[in-house]
Amino acid sequence: MSVLRLESVSKRFGNVVAVSDVTLEFAPRQVTALIGRSGCGKSTVLRLLNGLEQPGRGHVNLFGAPMDYDALPRLRRRIGYAVQGTGLFPHLSVRDNIVLLAQLEKWPEAEIEQRLEQLMTLMDIPLALQSRYPHELSGGQQQRVGLCRAMMLRPEVLLLDEPFAAIDPLTRLDIQRQMLELHRVEPVTTVLVTHDMGEALLLADHIVVMRDGAVVRCEQTSNLRRKFPDAEPNSLLLSLMAGERQ
Amino acid sequence: MKRRGPGRRRWLLLWLLPLLASVVQGGDSHSQAGLVRVGSKSFAESYLLAELAAQLLESEGFAVQRKTGLGGTLIAYQALQQGAIDLYPEYTGTLSRVILKQPALAGGPLEAALAQRRLQVVAPLGFNNGYALVVPERLARELSLEEISDLASYPDLRAGFSLEFLNREDGWPALQAYYGLPQVASGIEHALAYPALDSGSLDVSDAYTTDGQLETFSLRLLEDDRQFFPAYDAVLLARTDLPPRAGRALSRLDGVIDDATMRRLNRRVSEEKLGPARVAAEFLEARGLPGDASDARASKAAGPSGHILRNTLTHLKLTGIALGLACLVALPAALLLYRRPRVARVLLYATGLVQTVPSLALLALLIPLVGLGQVPAVIALFLYSLLPVVRNTLAGLFGVDPLLKQVATGMGLTPFQQLRRVELPLAMPMILAGIRTAAVISIGTATLAAFVGAGGLGEPIITGLTLNDHRLILAGAVPAALLAVAAELAFEALERLLIPRHLSA
Repeated sequence: MSVLRLESVSKRFGNVVAVSDVTLEFAPRQVTALIGRSGCGKSTVLRLLNGLEQPGRGHVNLFGAPMDYDALPRLRRRIGYAVQGTGLFPHLSVRDNIVLLAQLEKWPEAEIEQRLEQLMTLMDIPLALQSRYPHELSGGQQQRVGLCRAMMLRPEVLLLDEPFAAIDPLTRLDIQRQMLELHRVEPVTTVLVTHDMGEALLLADHIVVMRDGAVVRCEQTSNLRRKFPDAEPNSLLLSLMAGERQ
Repeated sequence: MKRRGPGRRRWLLLWLLPLLASVVQGGDSHSQAGLVRVGSKSFAESYLLAELAAQLLESEGFAVQRKTGLGGTLIAYQALQQGAIDLYPEYTGTLSRVILKQPALAGGPLEAALAQRRLQVVAPLGFNNGYALVVPERLARELSLEEISDLASYPDLRAGFSLEFLNREDGWPALQAYYGLPQVASGIEHALAYPALDSGSLDVSDAYTTDGQLETFSLRLLEDDRQFFPAYDAVLLARTDLPPRAGRALSRLDGVIDDATMRRLNRRVSEEKLGPARVAAEFLEARGLPGDASDARASKAAGPSGHILRNTLTHLKLTGIALGLACLVALPAALLLYRRPRVARVLLYATGLVQTVPSLALLALLIPLVGLGQVPAVIALFLYSLLPVVRNTLAGLFGVDPLLKQVATGMGLTPFQQLRRVELPLAMPMILAGIRTAAVISIGTATLAAFVGAGGLGEPIITGLTLNDHRLILAGAVPAALLAVAAELAFEALERLLIPRHLSA
């Protein structure tokens, strides 16, 4: 039974077709990267997956059932969500940002504390930073906090919308490694929207290439590595995008 | 942890409840036996006449409540009709023209028209406070000016009139045509006219016949020889349900004050600053009428300056209750409107409309509905406070970063949780700024509450302005300014309490 699946999904905004007849099954407990140029529809796909957008045609299946749009808050608690620019709440401390959902779920204080420490340690955030406000952190630290917040409730699905796009390359590499480590420890079904092929190759088990709202290629990362062992990531992406629509 | 729960905010609202209770109790006690409520408008002569009536009634054993300084004819008349006061000094010309709107009405027909409205004239006081033309005494003697008609022979005389007189239908244009006067008139602020006449830079101006300053500046009133100006005979206007014994007591004032006497009394109050209570007591004594000449009583009645604390507390109470109620209504209203932007816009226009109603007009509208005193004042202040609170709350909520709203939704917060955990805290600086604006506006506007007998710091200010008493004005203005500053400081403290420093405006 699939955790996450799009069936013949189309979505348009006015006259603009954002997503055109996309069918996708996301591999459970693995990382799938959605990649393509800006405006190719990859972010819209992500927003369809947590109900921020509703499909014009087709179905979204979540946790083995068609998505129930009347129960969205409940469903979304089982989906971690992190975005570019972090979306941390500026009026809450690092700690309060991370534990907000757990508090709303009325977790016992001890469990909250334990989970908080575990995540901060995994993401390599000094525990002393938890009383700081987001604006007092570096961009990389903020992004780590965003990931911790997304993972707090031990979600079954993790949606990442270009989370590392605005971070300097060296820091990005650190966070990507920590992200891999996090996924090794807690392997959740992850959808990563990115425009960085290097990142996709590093983090994802599957790579879905999108163009003009449609899926043009769907490959296992290991296959790609085998077929194009020496390819430079961006040229590889270009050649993949040039392929015919599936 | 520095987070402040909403419980604390709820406590902030709770302190308003006792205040609410006190305003309900503080409402008008309706006419109990033996109590007569004497009103006046907000100028010195009216204060003085009210004081005469009050002291006379007190000497007859009546308990008297003074509701002086009501803000203009409309408010005083409404208050009388409504039964919030039992009598006040009025003028026949004002009765026929402004109130009954039948300018020709006088004598018997006027009394009949009043009787229809359950009102009566209990004592014509004997003087006429109408418009007149004045010239410097020196010039009058030189040119033998006695009557208005005499001006016709001197087209070169420089005439300067108050803007109102210059533009009123029954002012200069009609007067000029009626008497065939050749002078070209210019406008001059009334307060400057007398010094101008005195120094010889002006020859003719308008005046009120009982103006105390006429004596100070040695000016001659020209006789209205062809009876152009309507009579503004002073009377005590009362409700017909005034106890007959009170009516009889007041009738002893019948005709006891002529124009010159009234000028002298006005001068005693406005120029010599003796206070209406003392001047009234002296007058009654000199006429052999029963009054209360004891200095202690007189100075007590005259000196609201001794009541700074009481006035400040009243002021605080009026603004506090109005602001509290406005928050109780405006905040939930703004939250409801937040989800319906189109309705929000319509309602914002509506509250904006209230803001454009002049405060005295609003108060006058409220008196027929709720009577005199603190209730109409609180309602008016409440209405004025709505707009800044609603508008800022909405602006604050609409101004929250859309990305944060999207993240809040995307991570599974219910609409209510989003509002409470994200949108409201982020809008809080704007919301507090709105309440702060409303508070400062209220503190300023509440000085007008004295016009409807609600007390507060407006009482000494308005009394001081009418009696030309700077000490009294300061006794109201200084605490009012300090209150405004205190409110600013209090809100700054509240902001520090509720808002992380990096988010404060």
